[in-house]
Amino acid sequence: MADMPEAVCPALAIAGEFTIFTASTLKEQILQTIRQAEMTEVEIDLSNVTEIDSAGLQLMILAKIEALGRGKNIHFTRHSDPVLDLIDLCDLAGFFGDPVLIRSKN
Amino acid sequence: MNLDDALKTFVIESRELLENMEEALLKVEQSPDDADLINAIFRAAHTIKGSAGLFGLDHVVVFTHNAENVLDMVRAAELRITSELVALLLETCDHMGALIDHVEAGNAPPEEVGSRSDELIDRLKSHANQGAASAPESTAMAVSEPPPFVREGDAAGSGVESDNWHISLRFGRDVLRNGMDPVSFIRYLTTFGRIVSIVTLTEAIPGADQMDAEDCYLGFELNYQTTADKATIEGAFEFVQDDARVRILPPHSKVVEYHDLIQSLPEEEMRLGEILVRCGTLTPAELDLALKAQTEARAGGELEPPIGEVLVSQQVVRPAVVEAALQKQKQVKDNKGGDAALIRVNAETLDEHINLIGELIIASASINLLALKSGVPEQIEAASVMNRLVENVRDSALQLRMVQIGATFNKFQRVVRDVSKEIGKDIQLEISGAETELDKTVVEKIGDPLTHLIRNSMDHGIESAEVRLARGKPAQGTLRLNAYHDSGSIAIEVTDDGGGLSKERILAKAIERGLVKPDQALGDNEIHNLIFEPGFSTAERVNNLSGRGVGMDVVRRNITALRGSTEIDSVEGVGTTIRIRLPLTLAIIDGFLVGVGASSFVVPLEMVEECVELTQEEIDASQGRDHLNLRGELLPFIRLKDLFDIPEPPAAIQDDEEEEGEKLAIDPELAFLLQPVKRENVVVVNYAGHRAGLVVDTLQGEYQTVIRPLGAVFNGIEGISGFTILGTGHVALILDVPGLVRRVAGRDVRRHALASNYAPSEQTA
Repeated sequence: MADMPEAVCPALAIAGEFTIFTASTLKEQILQTIRQAEMTEVEIDLSNVTEIDSAGLQLMILAKIEALGRGKNIHFTRHSDPVLDLIDLCDLAGFFGDPVLIRSKN
Repeated sequence: MNLDDALKTFVIESRELLENMEEALLKVEQSPDDADLINAIFRAAHTIKGSAGLFGLDHVVVFTHNAENVLDMVRAAELRITSELVALLLETCDHMGALIDHVEAGNAPPEEVGSRSDELIDRLKSHANQGAASAPESTAMAVSEPPPFVREGDAAGSGVESDNWHISLRFGRDVLRNGMDPVSFIRYLTTFGRIVSIVTLTEAIPGADQMDAEDCYLGFELNYQTTADKATIEGAFEFVQDDARVRILPPHSKVVEYHDLIQSLPEEEMRLGEILVRCGTLTPAELDLALKAQTEARAGGELEPPIGEVLVSQQVVRPAVVEAALQKQKQVKDNKGGDAALIRVNAETLDEHINLIGELIIASASINLLALKSGVPEQIEAASVMNRLVENVRDSALQLRMVQIGATFNKFQRVVRDVSKEIGKDIQLEISGAETELDKTVVEKIGDPLTHLIRNSMDHGIESAEVRLARGKPAQGTLRLNAYHDSGSIAIEVTDDGGGLSKERILAKAIERGLVKPDQALGDNEIHNLIFEPGFSTAERVNNLSGRGVGMDVVRRNITALRGSTEIDSVEGVGTTIRIRLPLTLAIIDGFLVGVGASSFVVPLEMVEECVELTQEEIDASQGRDHLNLRGELLPFIRLKDLFDIPEPPAAIQDDEEEEGEKLAIDPELAFLLQPVKRENVVVVNYAGHRAGLVVDTLQGEYQTVIRPLGAVFNGIEGISGFTILGTGHVALILDVPGLVRRVAGRDVRRHALASNYAPSEQTA
């Protein structure tokens, strides 16, 4: 916790697989996080996501829409490589609006 | 709907389509560049082919397919519309009708129909080959699968600029559960090409509560650049073929195919900008630009232009594509508006309905009478309310059977075209009053007499081009069909600008045939009407059209059977108009009930002009000549009592009425109705401009009447056109006013003729 001094908003960290196999559980967690948040800014940490598929992507979209519907801003932060890869592939960076590192395409 | 019903619908729809096709073919001959008409023709053939395919009617499909090929070439401007091609297509159209007839009859078409199919297919093919010689490549494409959309101008024919493939993906719900990851397919695509742009569709994701995390809601639209062939790209989606909808458009696809794609997208109410991005026609950046322009316009206080307009004005997308997108949006809304504007009803059901309403009218008349007799005010009130409602129901029911005459008229375009080719005269048909409505049964029965009149006018009426030019007329003859409503009947006119009827020739012929005596003096009208006599023909030569045993007498008989009449206006050298008058409906009329002795008669109300009393002075003044002076005009009249030989009411009935006298005394109005003061009245009727008076005993007022035809035994009775049943259960005869008026008019003409010929003897008499 010490290395997150500006963690003023409640955060959820998703770790490991963010796929069809974990989707059901993660859906509840994400929705709960959004609903219980007392602040308007909600942060979800993706730094430890090792694998993501369409199911994970769908959940991210759902979270974004749900948060907006409740007048909150959701931020996905510290995207891991697989997440960045997928967002890039689907051209959804603009949709999420989170600052991401633009990697050189090689 | 079982298969039989579906097949019936197919037959009906095909007939309608063929009718439209024929109509469009006739019009397209005049304006060969009208894209709308050409498309209408193509669509008709295309739809019939498609529907026939559903029913497995292979012979129809094969035949129609060939026609469609030729039409597609016309549509792609590879073939020109020529009168030769139109003739061939009209034959094709007729033959398709014949094939449909066999489908309806449920039998396989006989040999000769099959060989006719082959013959026409050969001719269509050879016609197509002439065109194909100039553009072989596109023909081959057209044959494979012509897109059912309009190709507009040159913009439509060429492909879009994009060098890239366009891939449209919609994944099924269970894709994830089945162990497949949609994005992995997209990732796979990157192994042999480059994704230029991609749009992820997220709309399908439901609200948080309904969403199942294991369902797939995603869709993608890709703009994809690759050197691989279509098979390779298709192969990428081999595993999800059953679980996803994949559409792949090759580079430089025609605009129509983008149309197609937009039309087939499942999403509703999507914003135009998004559709365009999905099509790959626009990049998101282009869309952003457009959006910015829109925002600026809004900030500047201008009315926000719809995004489609902005895009077009900036030349980013082709107007045709925008149009397709807009059309899709409109369609979505229209569909929601409900499309059940028309329903098909079996004609028999409708007739049954009208019959029942007829019975209802009789029953309500009877109730009305009983209420009147009972003298209970509430009952009279209730009965009159019901009467009014029944009248409304009758009107709306009759309206159901009303159809516009336009469809019937349009059929004659073909007749005129064919006949003018056949007899080598250039004749055009002009139609007016096509929106005039009349009863469906009348429309059906008027077709044959009209055909005959038209053929007759073309053959005998309109002169050959040389004669016309010599007479200072345009070389092209004009035939005019007109319809209008006139005092409760419909008048249909067939007018030609031909030579008119030659009175001398008609008279000479009539004398030769013994129809008139040489010394007989006839009025113009009488002479003209002679052409309706059996066995009368002034044609010097018998050709294909005339002299086939269907004379003008048959025309008149058919029209008389419809309670109609015919009139001729003709001026020699200028032209002839033959006017048919028909009652608007055959079933129910508003009648005027009159009494003569103990009998009741009904006069159709539309023909009644007024009623006047026939006073003793007028009878004296007429000197037994059956004419009376009506406000200074001479009005011939007929005494119905004499005409039908009606005796004075027998005493017995009067006794009965006297017994009821006490009751009648309570209500003087009723007493007057049932036993009016003895006097004679004249009902003045007007038909086709002729007026006549009918002398009756009592006037009993308006009465709705269901016309029932007389049995065959009484069919020939003059002056009666039918009967009806009164509320009391008595029978009333319906007067044939046209017949009576003709009789009076005829009598007058003869008298005048006699007067002019034998003036001295008339004076002595």
